Amino acid sequence: MNTTLIGDTLIVFGRELRPVLRDPFSVVFSLAQPLFFLALFAPLIPAAGGTAETLQWFVPGLIVMSCLFATSSTGSNLQFEMQTGAHERMLVSPLRRPALIIGRALKEIVPTFAQAALLIAVTIPFGFRPDPVGAILGLLLLCVFCVGLGALSYTLALASRNQEWVFWGVQQTLLFPLLLLAGMLLPVDNGPEWLRVLSRFNPLTHVVEAERALFDGRLLAPEVAAGVVAAVAVAAVGLFIGTRAMRRATG
Amino acid sequence: MIETQNLTRHFTVNKKTVEAVRGIDLRVEAGEMVALLGPNGAGKSTTLRMLTTLLPPTSGTARVAGFDVTTQDREVRRRIGYIGQGNGAGHSQRGRDELITQGRAYGLSAAAARERAGELIASLGLTEVADRIVSSLSGGQRRRLDIAMGLIHAPGLLFLDEPSTGLDPQNRANLQEHIRRLRAEHGTTIVLTTHYLDEADHLAERVVVIDHGRIIADASPERLRSEHAGDRITLTFDHAEEARRVAAHPPGLIEGARIEHDGTRVVIEATGGARLVPELLRILEKENSAVVSVEVVRPTLDDVFLNLTGRSLREDGADLPGTTGGKDEVA
Repeated sequence: MNTTLIGDTLIVFGRELRPVLRDPFSVVFSLAQPLFFLALFAPLIPAAGGTAETLQWFVPGLIVMSCLFATSSTGSNLQFEMQTGAHERMLVSPLRRPALIIGRALKEIVPTFAQAALLIAVTIPFGFRPDPVGAILGLLLLCVFCVGLGALSYTLALASRNQEWVFWGVQQTLLFPLLLLAGMLLPVDNGPEWLRVLSRFNPLTHVVEAERALFDGRLLAPEVAAGVVAAVAVAAVGLFIGTRAMRRATG
Repeated sequence: MIETQNLTRHFTVNKKTVEAVRGIDLRVEAGEMVALLGPNGAGKSTTLRMLTTLLPPTSGTARVAGFDVTTQDREVRRRIGYIGQGNGAGHSQRGRDELITQGRAYGLSAAAARERAGELIASLGLTEVADRIVSSLSGGQRRRLDIAMGLIHAPGLLFLDEPSTGLDPQNRANLQEHIRRLRAEHGTTIVLTTHYLDEADHLAERVVVIDHGRIIADASPERLRSEHAGDRITLTFDHAEEARRVAAHPPGLIEGARIEHDGTRVVIEATGGARLVPELLRILEKENSAVVSVEVVRPTLDDVFLNLTGRSLREDGADLPGTTGGKDEVA
């Protein structure tokens, strides 16, 4: 009868993942989106070097972006289960509260791994050279960040209750500034001073920069340390707020 | 099994404080089958949500299955089963998978959870649909799946929140049968909320009537009836004149009873009415009042509720003035 947080998380994760695995079409569709960005956006990026250099810069950011889209909307699945009663039934079970959040957020990362593998596979012929160890560490770092982001999405779902439009409105409003300020699609280096300053305060910037360093194989670069700090901070804050919101929101 | 002291819950809605539950003292012993009866918004579900740790009390304490719901909530959750108003199974899941997940959540090993899920699927008649996606199941099938999930860890204490809402009469009867069997076979303590009178009447040995967040009566259905509502005896006479005379000068036997007269009929409301009838007829015969027909109607719990509150339970659904209408759903 003794359970652990990890065991509880795996139970939630497994439950969430099951319908995804059974319905691989949704995964196939989710794979297409980053490919569009790769094909239609990457050629627009101004780069001094050739295609290879652009890809080396662009692909890690694209992987983070795919993950960002998936995890920030995880709350919407929860919202549906809050309406049906499935969430309530999980809340009455002895599953630990953080496990309910972490398990859900981790499930959103699974398609990201598939997307990352696909992106790497299609860009290698064009000169993308990811460092294998760095890439794996990069994906793990992404997991940490996304657990925090998933928890915040979960909090938003709890706060907006049954009003789906509120959830999506807030999610979109916050997502795009964060994404653009992180220098994910276009570098912010040439932007005005205020934009660069804002960018430094965006935790996502540090995660993206850490990913680029890791995929380059610069495992000990200062960007990596900053990225780890940012990811851990987001995870800690997200889990704290999310768990608290869940304890309260049952009222 | 359950012991609450002055359990209270307030909500703030539009900056106004709504007192959904106002000081409930309830004691439930192991093996009891208790129904919380009351109109929508009476505070039944809110009470249940506090007992199941879903909602922290505003004040007061509750011990459930030996543990405090606020400070030892996980210990409570391990020991109780809960079947809520909604459907517990995820729509995109399969019933069997959900049952196994549920078993794992309660600490069963994968093998034990699978075996237990199989047992429940068989005993609840879900064999045909257990491996189908939940959204394709009928309302009755989903409800049975909910019950299976609530029972996966064979809890000693089971809470059911409006278990038969939305079920057709046949499925409702089936559900009640399952609950009864559960109790007979495993001695499970059962607490359910309902606003169906017949459900409370047929199922529970003890009915706790809740209104405006307070317990206003607590007894067996039988005792509630005899204490709070009388049998209704309708005597029909040949002539209106006779009826009027009897109503105006009732025999001493039914002194104090509520007597109404309407045309050739006299309606008497008296506790233990059925036992009064033979004697009453003898007296009336001596007085040469010819009774043509007699009808004795046992009171319903609705009569009990009506006498206790001045309102009918059947009116629920419509918003009753002065109640915190619909609060239970919001909670």
